[in-house]
Amino acid sequence: MTIQTKKPTTYGREIYQRAIVESFTKLNPRWMVRNPVMFVVEVGSVLTTALWIQALIGQGEAHTGFIGAIALWLWFTVLFANFSEAIAEGRGKAQAESLRKARQDTPAKKLRGPATDLQSALSKTEVVSSTALRKDDLFLVETGDIMPADGEIVAGIASVDESAVTGESAPVVREAGGDRSAVTGGTRLLSDWLIIRVSADPGQGFLDRMISMVEGAKRQKTPNEIALNILLAGFTIIFLVVCATLLPYSLYSVNAAGQGAAITITVLVALLVCLIPTTIGGLLSAIGIAGMDRMIQRNVIAMSGRAVEAAGDVDVLLLDKTGTITLGNRQAVEFIAVDGVDVKDLAEAAQLASLADETPEGRSIVVLAKDKFGLRGRTIGASDDAPEGMHFVPFTAQTRMSGVNFDGTTIRKGAPDTMTELIQSGGNKVPSDLKPAVEYIARMGGTPLIVAKNNKALGVIHLKDIVKGGIKERFAQLRKMGIKTVMITGDNPLTAAAIAAEAGVDDFLAQATPEMKLKLIREYQAGGRLVAMTGDGTNDAPALAQADVAVAMNTGTQPAREAANMVDLDSNPTKLLEIVEIGKQLLMTRGALTTFSIANDVAKYFAIIPAAFASTYPILGTLNFMRLATPESAILSAVIFNAVIIIALIPLALRGVPYRAVGAAQLLRDNLLIYGLGGIIVPFIGIKLIDMLLVLLHLI
Amino acid sequence: MTLNSLFQIIFYIVVLLLLAKPLGSFMAKVYQGEHTFLDRVLGPVERFIYRVSGVKADEDMNWKTYAVAVILFNILGLLAVYAVQRLQVFLPLNPQGLGAITPDSSWNTAVSFASNTNWQGYGGEVTMSYLTQMLSLNVQNFVSAATGMAVLVALIRGFVRHTSKGIGNFWVDLTRSTLYILLPLSIVLALALVSQGVVQTFSEYKTVVLVQPVTDANGNVVTKQVLAVGPAASQIAIKQLGTNGGGFFNVNSAHPFENSTPFSNSLEMLSILLIPAALCYTFGKMVGDARQGWAILITMTIIFVAFIGLAVWSEQAGNPAFTKMGIDQVQTNVNPGGNMEGKETRFGIANSALWAAVTTAASNGSVNAMHDSFMPLGGLVPMFLMQLGEIIFGGVGSGLYGMLAFVIVAVFISGLMVGRTPEYLGKKIEAYEMKMASLMILIPILLAKVGTAIAVVTAAGLATIYNTGGPHGFSEVLYAFSSAANNNGSAFAGLGANNPFYNTALGICMFFARYWLIVPVLAIAGSLVQKKKVPASSGTLPTHTPLFIVWLIGVIMIVGALSFIPALALGPIVEHLMVFK
Repeated sequence: MTIQTKKPTTYGREIYQRAIVESFTKLNPRWMVRNPVMFVVEVGSVLTTALWIQALIGQGEAHTGFIGAIALWLWFTVLFANFSEAIAEGRGKAQAESLRKARQDTPAKKLRGPATDLQSALSKTEVVSSTALRKDDLFLVETGDIMPADGEIVAGIASVDESAVTGESAPVVREAGGDRSAVTGGTRLLSDWLIIRVSADPGQGFLDRMISMVEGAKRQKTPNEIALNILLAGFTIIFLVVCATLLPYSLYSVNAAGQGAAITITVLVALLVCLIPTTIGGLLSAIGIAGMDRMIQRNVIAMSGRAVEAAGDVDVLLLDKTGTITLGNRQAVEFIAVDGVDVKDLAEAAQLASLADETPEGRSIVVLAKDKFGLRGRTIGASDDAPEGMHFVPFTAQTRMSGVNFDGTTIRKGAPDTMTELIQSGGNKVPSDLKPAVEYIARMGGTPLIVAKNNKALGVIHLKDIVKGGIKERFAQLRKMGIKTVMITGDNPLTAAAIAAEAGVDDFLAQATPEMKLKLIREYQAGGRLVAMTGDGTNDAPALAQADVAVAMNTGTQPAREAANMVDLDSNPTKLLEIVEIGKQLLMTRGALTTFSIANDVAKYFAIIPAAFASTYPILGTLNFMRLATPESAILSAVIFNAVIIIALIPLALRGVPYRAVGAAQLLRDNLLIYGLGGIIVPFIGIKLIDMLLVLLHLI
Repeated sequence: MTLNSLFQIIFYIVVLLLLAKPLGSFMAKVYQGEHTFLDRVLGPVERFIYRVSGVKADEDMNWKTYAVAVILFNILGLLAVYAVQRLQVFLPLNPQGLGAITPDSSWNTAVSFASNTNWQGYGGEVTMSYLTQMLSLNVQNFVSAATGMAVLVALIRGFVRHTSKGIGNFWVDLTRSTLYILLPLSIVLALALVSQGVVQTFSEYKTVVLVQPVTDANGNVVTKQVLAVGPAASQIAIKQLGTNGGGFFNVNSAHPFENSTPFSNSLEMLSILLIPAALCYTFGKMVGDARQGWAILITMTIIFVAFIGLAVWSEQAGNPAFTKMGIDQVQTNVNPGGNMEGKETRFGIANSALWAAVTTAASNGSVNAMHDSFMPLGGLVPMFLMQLGEIIFGGVGSGLYGMLAFVIVAVFISGLMVGRTPEYLGKKIEAYEMKMASLMILIPILLAKVGTAIAVVTAAGLATIYNTGGPHGFSEVLYAFSSAANNNGSAFAGLGANNPFYNTALGICMFFARYWLIVPVLAIAGSLVQKKKVPASSGTLPTHTPLFIVWLIGVIMIVGALSFIPALALGPIVEHLMVFK
């Protein structure tokens, strides 16, 4: 999204302001009850506030200022948690607003009947509001029009500005048929015209789904989040029981010891709030929203939080070779001449045959001949040695070769089988070393092109897939993370194997058809694995629907985008790797903060227990080795620490725990050291510092 | 700790761990229906039992059917025990003519033995006839243990099997546990105990002339004593092997006819942890990765050793109050030293403290010393071992399934920390498993804490707390409810528990602690068994490594400590601070 990268600061202030307001509106118990941990804190806040009012009237169970301070900080605890959620939502809301602008009602030129050209379409148009369009209606858009709805192009070819959706300002070409036939509502036609069939009713279009996703309005708790909530609720119940039973225990102890007063409700509530996992409970929903947000920042729209979560679990990645593993184009890397032919002659012939060939492969042949043999790329008539009267023969599907004719000489280059036929039909023998050369190239993962002059074989050009730089290291990292990579390609097995080896993927599927992809996914899933894949074509749709994490390219067809559970607005297949990392980060952040939250309790016990029973068993003060000033300052410091730590961890919740591609065991060790051990130590320091501050400010 | 104590403890643990593998793999064979050397003898007996009782041995139960069978069988057992106690006066094998037992005590004892708790509000030799001991109590000693083992095996099948429904047949698991494992081991142990002087007879109590006459409180000279006897050895064997712990005599394993010599003491201690330890190996073997079993066994052992250390150290260090009284507590070759109050001289400090840890680590509860007389921290050890949920070895079967609930929680949090939906042994741990595991951890804590709370504020509960005026009385109540709520059955004593209030309240705790846990365990099994098995990769968190063991120990200790430290602070912890002021 452009909004994300553009001027975040102006949005920043608005987000903060709105978040502060929302922290209060979210206090509504009906909202709070969705989060059992924070709901308990809110109930505790109400209770202590009531006790404070009682104390104001003069019936207080403890010092009024103390009860008031506890009540205040409990409210802060709730507000901080709400704030974290609001701030996470805020970012999405800002994006949703700009998307919504694109979705506003626009006039639509609806067609009363089918049409396939501009003339007949124009005669049938009636202008209606975009909201009146229904699925399967036809409409016409012309230069300058805003697309009124999502749809599939029926006729026409045009350039479209999709920046409202993708943030990419370069126009894209959309045309009927093929894999670029989908248009999105809210985009603008820059040239020509299109006749489009509506693919989604109003309110259900791609843009609408995006808005509801980024807004978090339709955000449902993901399976893992539910499981974690259950665990947190379990802890909350345990601590409720611990605190509730402490009152009778204390009453008994007062009797048995013959001194002191029973523990106050205020202290019990304070203890409860300190013990229940408020840190993770308060930040849980912010973590989930931020996970989606990080996807959006990378221009990936996830259709559900479940998909983001599943991304972290993926253990098989199906990657299309072209564009993901290799650069889109093959390049010439070698000339192999047959016996009796000078390799320079071969290079020259190849260059001549490719002069008019504007494909990247063709250009790479010209360049290679120049680099290796100093042969100038001679365009027609540009050089003296260029033979006059060149006649170029372009590649066609029928001949499956291309070349040049001049001075009665014919040069052709093409695939081995067609070229062999050509050579033989010309009455020439196929040189015995031609076939081994072809096979050698295929074995290396390259594509052989045979060059023939006057139907006599000169040799072979080695066209090679160029594996993207750094991709091998990326796959090695994935392997460490326990993720298997599978390359999908239409190449023959020999070529596929060679590229697979070069790129370092774990497995490959050669000569892949959509059916084979689907079958492969099902096989992996039957083995208990979670599969992720990318796709763009309509024929990818079944496999996308079957995969656990399916990323459709935004340039892809409507069926592909519908079948997927994520859409990559950049249409960059390598994005899958980042998506996996974001998914993992999401889970890790939850795990780390849960550990941190529970580990914190140890220190809080040392602060509160001696303080709570100071009057009954003063000797328990031995356990107060933090040397907190007074019982009241000890309890208050613990409560304040508990509230402040939520604010302190909001950045971590939003950013996520950093992920490194190492094995599970090492990750666990590192995170346990940081969040487990750290979670035990930090509160000792924090509580002591707050206590010192309270004393310093004479607040106690 | 003395070198002698250290050697005894190390010897004990080494022997225990050495026995875990052979017995564990034998049990795996029994549960997987494989051939064992006992088949020739017991096979026909087993088939006969199925034929007579109409059990279809090859019928696979889903978890609900399995749970219904477990509960029905246990409730019937409970009713039978109740009935025999109430009617014992009309039944044979009652040479002392002991009368019917009160309804509240009968209820308490019935629940206690059916639930493998074996808390004893009664004194055996003055309450129970031989028939009651043998037919109702001892039968439950076997089948309550077998129930725990069956439920564990059902849970293991949940991990082993995939995409199916059945978790085994309760009747088969029950029969095979009893017939192939508990019975043969009990026979061997009973004979060994008899060889050491443990009694086994149907004759009436013996009246003997005292070697040295004594005078009683009223100044009368006493020259004769009645010695209670009975079919004890057969009951002691399964009492220890089945982590039951209900003694034949009131003073349990401190009684010379129940535990005669240091050798019988060692045998009994060994047999308490034998099956729970070996079941860890069985688990590893059945899930196809022995390392998983070892990891759990090592986890248990480490926590166990730490607490033994604390108990022995605390008892050996002695009591400052004794020092003031001029009692010599320094250890020498002829003086065990330390706090010998309430301990048998033939066992001494090390074996008493070790026993206390063993019996409460396992949900056994038999005692060979007075836990009430332990030093505050020495008494904290058995109390806290129970409060951890009876998972450090724990009861036969129940200890390991309780431990697996903690493993599920540990796996869940650590799984998140490595960025994957958590999985254990290839099974994904999701909301349903978390719900059930949380219940399993929550219920005993809730019962122990709420039970204690009710007892210390109600008149009925307060009435029989005799140790008023300090934290010790609170410790006694907390201990009793911790014991009942974790199906241990060990008593701190000092508390008057054989009355309607405690009989009923502790009975309720025992009942729910057992059956409200069994149902979630089977529910987890039923959920896991339907799941696919995820193949392990390097992204999978290994659950057999030292790191995971450390983490698991951390989770167990943190949950236990967070749940009970406030209560312990008002009991043994403050008492310790006061004693050593």
